[in-house]
Amino acid sequence: MDSSLLGDYAVFGVLLLAGFAFVTAALTANRLLRPSAPSKVKGMTYECGVDPVGGDWAQVQIRYYVYAFLFVLFAVEAVFLFPWAVVAAGFGFAAAAEMGVFVGVLALGLAYAWRKGVLKWQ
Amino acid sequence: MLEIAVKLVGVMAAFLVLPLLVGQTEHKLMAHMQGRLGPMHAGRFHGWAQLIADGVKFAQKEDLVPDAADKPVFKLAPAVALVPYLLVLLFIPLGPGDLVGSSLEMGLFVVLALVGIGVLAVLMAGWASANKYTLVGALRGAAQLMAYELPLVLAAASVAVAAGTLNLQGIVEAWNPWWLLWQAPAAFVFFTAGLAEIRRPPFDAPVADSELVFGYLTEYAGLRFALLLLAEYAGIVVIAALTAVLFLGGWQGPGPESLGWMWTLLKTGALALVVIWLRVAWPRLRVDQIQALCWKGLVPLALAQLVLTTVIALG
Repeated sequence: MDSSLLGDYAVFGVLLLAGFAFVTAALTANRLLRPSAPSKVKGMTYECGVDPVGGDWAQVQIRYYVYAFLFVLFAVEAVFLFPWAVVAAGFGFAAAAEMGVFVGVLALGLAYAWRKGVLKWQ
Repeated sequence: MLEIAVKLVGVMAAFLVLPLLVGQTEHKLMAHMQGRLGPMHAGRFHGWAQLIADGVKFAQKEDLVPDAADKPVFKLAPAVALVPYLLVLLFIPLGPGDLVGSSLEMGLFVVLALVGIGVLAVLMAGWASANKYTLVGALRGAAQLMAYELPLVLAAASVAVAAGTLNLQGIVEAWNPWWLLWQAPAAFVFFTAGLAEIRRPPFDAPVADSELVFGYLTEYAGLRFALLLLAEYAGIVVIAALTAVLFLGGWQGPGPESLGWMWTLLKTGALALVVIWLRVAWPRLRVDQIQALCWKGLVPLALAQLVLTTVIALG
């Protein structure tokens, strides 16, 4: 518990490098062991075995963007919960009241989106 | 220095062994739940060496990258999917004191940030493959992962308020059996959202094999595919371990504290079994059902839990 902050992040950094080293080592072993016989057919985009139809990056209907907006709104606020959670006990009732306002605004936002039919799949 | 090296080796070993254990258990448990045997030949005794044989096979397979793919992104995606889960294991405490890779004060925050990287890997894999199925799978995945990030974070915040700290060891120390009751909604929300984050059934619409071939993984083959699969099982370990540490009291349990690490492993293992069980027992949710469950079910529930926790913890 009494390790220094810098030490903690150094360990994190070393493990990050170790993780990529693991992937690199695995792929290097793969490179030494595998056959390589590329062909036109193998490089073709896979569409259940029949010839690909049309372009590779197809257009899709984006129904998800409203959810993305909603998420961004909520997530930015949710981040502030964590520093609040750590110090909340020291402030007692005032902190609880603040939390009430905070959650109230979030709930109101969600209720508004719900009422407006944003959450209906169409 | 030596101590840190030992810890890093321990984390790496856990990362390489635990997902394989979960994978092998899934083979056998699913088989028996469905009235069949599962792998029986590799290693002679009940196919215990099946995953090792799979690994040897994958390591010898040709590395196929589609001609149309965005090659650097396509090749990097498996690493982006895998490495965050390795880093999460660094912060998960097996027991009190030194039985943790890194006891960072803001451990919970870092862990949630790392779990959130999954959406990047899904989008990278799906988009870079330049395939219609992978693109649809990746968009489904992105929508699902972003939506469920929210209840996951809110449920974790509830624990942070109850414990008054973001340190994962501190959270376990603050835990007492009452949490099983008044943090139960948060535990349910966290575990469910965690399942969606790792795209396990019933939340596997992004890889839905009967509609999208294999979703955002369609174009992957050989070792890169194996790494992506390993990431899925590492994800099970991470979500099960986080739920055990945050909501089930980690190393706390009957018996001497020196054996507490066994409780952590037992609780993690039990939750991993539930994850496997759900795959066998539940049908896949539709994309609209997935979004509805999140926004109309889990998010309001998590907000209500947050209010309850605040009232009880500060009242």
